[in-house]
Amino acid sequence: MLDQLLPVLIIAALALAVVGAARRVFLWRRGRPSPVAFFSGLISMPRRYLVDLHHVVARDKYISRTHVATAGGFVVAAILAIVVHGFGLDSTLLAWLLIASALCMFVGSLFVAKRRADPPDRLSKGPWMRLPKSLMAFSLGVFLVTLPTAGVVPADIGGWALAAGLSGVVAWGLGEMFLGMTWGGPMKHAFAGALHLAFHRRPERFGGGRSTGLKALDLSDREAPLGAGKPEDFKWNQLLGFDACVQCGRCEAVCPAFAAGQPLNPKKLIQDMVVGLAGGTDAGYHGSPYPGKPVGEHSGAPHQAIVARQGKALVDPETLWSCTTCRACVEECPMMIEHVDAIVDMRRHITLELGVTPDKGVQVIENLIATDNPSGFSPDSRMHWAADLNLPLMSEKGSADVLLWMGDGAFDQRNQRTLRALVQILRAANVDFAVLGNDERDSGDLARRLGDEATFQSLARRNIATLANAEFESIVTCDPHSFHVLKNEYPELGGSYTVYHHSTFIADLMANNRFQVTPWKGNSVTYHDPCYLGRYNGEYEAPRNVLKALGMDVVEMQRSGYKSRCCGGGGAAPVIDIPGKRRIPDMRMEDIRETGAELVAVGCPQCTAMLEGVVEPSPQVRDIAELVAANLVEPAPQKPLSPSRPTVEVMH
Amino acid sequence: MQLDAESLTESESSLSIAVLVSVGRHPLTGRPRRADQDARALEMAFSVAGAAPALLHAGPCDDPSEDALRCYLGMGGGTDLDSLIVLEQTADADIIPALADELTALGPQLVLCGTRAETGESSGMLPYLLAERLGWPIITGVAEIESIHEGVVVALQALPRGQRRRLSVRLPAIATADSAAPAPRASAYGPAMRGALTFSNTGSADDEARQDWLVSPARKRPKRLKIITATSARERFKAAAAKSQGGGGKVLKDLSPEAAAEAIQALLKEEGVLR
Repeated sequence: MLDQLLPVLIIAALALAVVGAARRVFLWRRGRPSPVAFFSGLISMPRRYLVDLHHVVARDKYISRTHVATAGGFVVAAILAIVVHGFGLDSTLLAWLLIASALCMFVGSLFVAKRRADPPDRLSKGPWMRLPKSLMAFSLGVFLVTLPTAGVVPADIGGWALAAGLSGVVAWGLGEMFLGMTWGGPMKHAFAGALHLAFHRRPERFGGGRSTGLKALDLSDREAPLGAGKPEDFKWNQLLGFDACVQCGRCEAVCPAFAAGQPLNPKKLIQDMVVGLAGGTDAGYHGSPYPGKPVGEHSGAPHQAIVARQGKALVDPETLWSCTTCRACVEECPMMIEHVDAIVDMRRHITLELGVTPDKGVQVIENLIATDNPSGFSPDSRMHWAADLNLPLMSEKGSADVLLWMGDGAFDQRNQRTLRALVQILRAANVDFAVLGNDERDSGDLARRLGDEATFQSLARRNIATLANAEFESIVTCDPHSFHVLKNEYPELGGSYTVYHHSTFIADLMANNRFQVTPWKGNSVTYHDPCYLGRYNGEYEAPRNVLKALGMDVVEMQRSGYKSRCCGGGGAAPVIDIPGKRRIPDMRMEDIRETGAELVAVGCPQCTAMLEGVVEPSPQVRDIAELVAANLVEPAPQKPLSPSRPTVEVMH
Repeated sequence: MQLDAESLTESESSLSIAVLVSVGRHPLTGRPRRADQDARALEMAFSVAGAAPALLHAGPCDDPSEDALRCYLGMGGGTDLDSLIVLEQTADADIIPALADELTALGPQLVLCGTRAETGESSGMLPYLLAERLGWPIITGVAEIESIHEGVVVALQALPRGQRRRLSVRLPAIATADSAAPAPRASAYGPAMRGALTFSNTGSADDEARQDWLVSPARKRPKRLKIITATSARERFKAAAAKSQGGGGKVLKDLSPEAAAEAIQALLKEEGVLR
């Protein structure tokens, strides 16, 4: 009886799965076109799955081993089950292989069940709680029905009752594993995830690469709505990416806004996008909600607005404005989903189409348009901080080895100290440098993160035109945000430069003994990785090398390097300032205090401002440039000053 | 208030408002922008329930000023506002005749504009001259339009130090928005670019009065010194925070126009403005 029933079950499940898959593909294709390398993407998919994805999963060894056993066992078992039971290929060898893979999967599912016994908060519950049982049903069912095929037990063992029971178990397993994969069950992540890896919008990320710059919006098409106002305004492969989410909640665990009690949870946001692309309400979501926002009150559809002008739609605007664009979620996501891209796309719609950027954001944008800096200072006062420094200007000098990009920190008294220190170092190392002076404008980072792509592109194009008139080998800046934008976001608009963050440049100068330092005589020091230097640009070593070269003993925080926690200063978050239960910089300062360090070295004006804004007593906050400059052995002046006063002839 | 709002939506659903907008100038950088008070006037027009504001600009129009004018269209996202009528004029034209003709043709019940332009003569005379020419009443320095009901507009006029005066004026009328009016909404790029500039072909009339004028750069006006004889920090703070008490001022009520004019003339002589 099983012999007749199994092929029917398997073929029926497969056929239904194919129907579901077609429906799902249709849902994704409602998104806007986005060209992908179709065949090469498909071909490189297994490698992306086995290497790049596994690399991220393996940060949690328990679940990576569990996943290898379960998923590996399942893939082999599923293929063999289709061949052996679906098409009735009578091969003892294959049957034994099938038994082995089913067993492997069963062992894996035991560990899944163990993780699910007392699941951490970040994991979604609901249908996900039945997944270990379904995995067991499939593996155990396949194992048992294959025993006769392998000749272990006689084919006619048991009666019709046993056969019916077994069929039921297998049907449950098939239902979850085959149907659930394409009809929206927990196993959807395998199907959508595989295709997402194949058609990822940032294929550069695979194979150890990096792609972090936001993608430019085409402003020439006057008719197309700007940004993502409806789920179908996303690119189709973005929608596919949302569907790949496995709800592991790693993003939630690292999100600074979520930890601060602001109404953002990256996992819920991605699930809301899935609700939007498929239509319905968020009542079916079983994970942690946005802090302070109950689940079940929001709904959406592919053609419905994500953010309503009035009332509730799919997502509330404060959720989108809570993000600091620190990219911790993207870094942690095993499915390599691009949360920040999606958030900025929706912010673009809010700013460019609805014009309802929260209050301070509007002011910042208007200042950027009128004065080229976010605070509305006169553009002629950009060089005031350096009135006594006699800095060489590019407009006078024409060319220099290094262009020192001052950034908007030039208007900020705290950052002016960093800039002065950096100038002191450059001079000590005899670097041939110049500044753009008042010709420099805001890089556009803030405008872009506020969703104002038009102002960003206007600033960027004017900066690129200014830079085209200057001759230099590289740009050095002490602002990681400017660094990132100049390095990674200007090339798309026609400006490609060699850009260094000052920590990289100073590390290089020190490695070449371009200046001397006295050893550091203070206590222990810790280092805070700026998001836009670390996760965005992969520079973790240079700042630490500088500190070590100064003779410092760097104590690492629990969350450092790629796991570094944001200071709360990025992505226009301080401008919009969505209220939460705690402040992000307070949490970061707590991390710093835990190390017992008396001083925290930073490399970003935003981080400096945010961390220094924490209530004292707290460790001192110093930029790397300040630390180096303070320990600089000033080179002997080239012309020794005469010891006595110059004689002055007094005429009467 | 509730009642007012309801009656507004019921009876005045076809209220037509024309908003006169000009090209502004940023005080720090001098870049063209939407003029602040004109934007407030448009915001005020949006605040009137059931109104369909029409935008009108008279003046020269080049690329930078077109971008500035589009900022007004950018405020129209989510409303019906999607076009701006431009009466193209030469740089030294008198725009009053062209505006008056266009307004007569449009026939709005209410005309809103800023109190004073940020560029050009910036004399603040335009609404008065326009009202005179059209024969309409004018309400200056409006902070809020409370209601428009049965052809009567009830508006709050902004007076110094946050005082308000409620005025009822029969339509059609001209009202100018004060800087105390609610801040304008942000201008969104998408609607701004998508909105249409409709160029209306009208001749420009030469500004005859202006031909005799001699234009010279403005001087900084001397500031009246405030002499503070405070002995303690508390007194200094009070003096700094206190509103200026004219002290020597007089309140004259129920005067004949002649007597009022004489009083003003006497003051101007006293201050050395008239000699």
